[in-house]
Amino acid sequence: MSRDKILTAARQNKPALVPLPEMATFVFAANDLVTAFTASITKAGGAATVLGSLQELPAKIKEGWPDARRVADFIHGDSNTNASLLKEPALLDLVVLKGQLGVAENGAIWLTDKDCVERVLPFITQHLVLVIDEQTLVGNMHQAYGIMGKQNPDYGVFIAGPSKTADIEQSLVIGAHGPRSLQVFICT
Amino acid sequence: MNTHNITHPEAASEFLRNKERVQWHDETLWFVRYKRDKVVNEIPEWEQLRELASQIKDHTLSRLDEYLQEFEAAAISNGVTVHWAADAAEHNRIVHGIMAKHGAQKIVKSKSMLTEECHLNEYLEAQGIEVVDTDLGERIVQLNKEMPSHIVLPAIHIKKEEVGEIFHQHLGTEKGASDPLYLALAAREHLRQKFLAADIAITGVNFAVAETGAIVVCTNEGNADLGAHLAKVHIACMGIEKLIPRTEHLSVFLRLLARNATGQNITAYSSHFRKPAAGSEMHIVIVDNGRTTQLGREAFRNSLKCIRCGACLNTCPVYRRSGGHSYHNATAGPIGAILAPNLDMRKNADLPFASTLCGSCTDVCPVKIDIHNQLYQWRQVLTKEGYVPAAKTASMKVMAGVLSSPARYTFAGKWARKLLRWFPSLAMNKKLNPWARQRDLPEPPKESFREWYKKNSREL
Repeated sequence: MSRDKILTAARQNKPALVPLPEMATFVFAANDLVTAFTASITKAGGAATVLGSLQELPAKIKEGWPDARRVADFIHGDSNTNASLLKEPALLDLVVLKGQLGVAENGAIWLTDKDCVERVLPFITQHLVLVIDEQTLVGNMHQAYGIMGKQNPDYGVFIAGPSKTADIEQSLVIGAHGPRSLQVFICT
Repeated sequence: MNTHNITHPEAASEFLRNKERVQWHDETLWFVRYKRDKVVNEIPEWEQLRELASQIKDHTLSRLDEYLQEFEAAAISNGVTVHWAADAAEHNRIVHGIMAKHGAQKIVKSKSMLTEECHLNEYLEAQGIEVVDTDLGERIVQLNKEMPSHIVLPAIHIKKEEVGEIFHQHLGTEKGASDPLYLALAAREHLRQKFLAADIAITGVNFAVAETGAIVVCTNEGNADLGAHLAKVHIACMGIEKLIPRTEHLSVFLRLLARNATGQNITAYSSHFRKPAAGSEMHIVIVDNGRTTQLGREAFRNSLKCIRCGACLNTCPVYRRSGGHSYHNATAGPIGAILAPNLDMRKNADLPFASTLCGSCTDVCPVKIDIHNQLYQWRQVLTKEGYVPAAKTASMKVMAGVLSSPARYTFAGKWARKLLRWFPSLAMNKKLNPWARQRDLPEPPKESFREWYKKNSREL
């Protein structure tokens, strides 16, 4: 059987034990995580805006995406018709989701399958809005995994920017297969 | 596509015919290298991260059999079906078997160098199954009936006007269109239909975490996720060297990978798949295909640490000026030239010679593989095993004889200077001497330095 053949060969051919290094804890230099996070997400083709309170969100969405007809807002989910919208996710114009934490160094936002509602939602929507709390911002990936590393969700994803490609002559095109834009709202 | 009878210099000379394209290819890749340097310099602990990554990989390889079993057990308890493939043929049979079981005909695939290595697409096509590559670059080369020419930039050798023509023929875009935005959006519409209709999605694996059985896939386009979430069955194909021990180690590798590959801080999506969604199936195919053999080759074991960032290609003066296809191997460039002879020494004996041994590849490697040193060592092995052309071996022997004896060296130098002055075509015959094809030899001096010194040292 190939399993045993591979495992036997790996056992016979592996080198003498090399110790596992201690994980270093690197500190993120910048103090202002909101500014650093905003710079990172902007570089990645997204945008970040600070929001005084969640109450402002519906107005911001109306203002930012006036033409969006099919909006699945899972932060103010009670008041809309998410369930029927989800029957045809490919037609969604805008999805609004809550992220668990944001990483200042690279603009990545962590969501598990529960945060995504359906795994495909943050990928299939034409535009994506992610909301995070300012207190959940961390400096780098070591701190991020320190917080969510033991969660072990069935599925989880770091999202850092809209879908993009540079496969044609290295020209950056935003909106490859997934969302054509990513707007992050940071709640203070 | 099948170019394995052509050697690297022959294939490269084909590429070099178009000087303008070579210049463009060279500059485009050097710009990627430049972007990499910029973001790497933003991280003060970069060198420590490289060292950590290297040590984590060294450790993992030294316990590879144990971590493979730990990973398998965790994946099975997550409800994932785990398959083992000793070689490319078995990998292809397993993937086809899963498709046959489901009666699947519509397959989408996100980028995976392993399935390229195994020639999965050709195999499935022979079984009457069409696979749609969904990474934009890979879709371009697929429609053009080519292999990717770069690990992370599959269509880096193709100009936008050519993409326009390929899309005009296959996707019905306007003739003559070459605007990247227009072309990418046409591909978006085309591929969205494929995602929505797919029965099965195949993805590669960037990292496999032994303690949780999770696999991590990194993309910018989101194609791995669209495929895996929309299809009922997700097949992830991985080489045994993708393992890392624990979740926390991802923090090191995700900081290194995109920065070193394309100069991004991180890819747009870093997706962690652990359990299949309700009502869906997830399969992981663990592939050896020569990797345990490489593990046993002490000099080349290090190459199994590779995380496929492609930085050694971008920085390589030979790769940039010869193109990925000149390497006639799924993985091109310096790292490909180390991996390929392990798979087939006869077929790939030319590849370790496609290098200046300048060491730039080693300098940029995020997991500290001593790439140029391994290329040098492969040359020794391949020559010893008799895979190097007789002419090269014979001329090297003559050179070794001349260079090891001062008397022979002085004698040979004297006559070379005379002969070259009388018959310059001896060394500069562009037909016989490939080195002379793009070069001119300066006029040979009348005397050597040694002769000059002998004459003049008395006056000093």
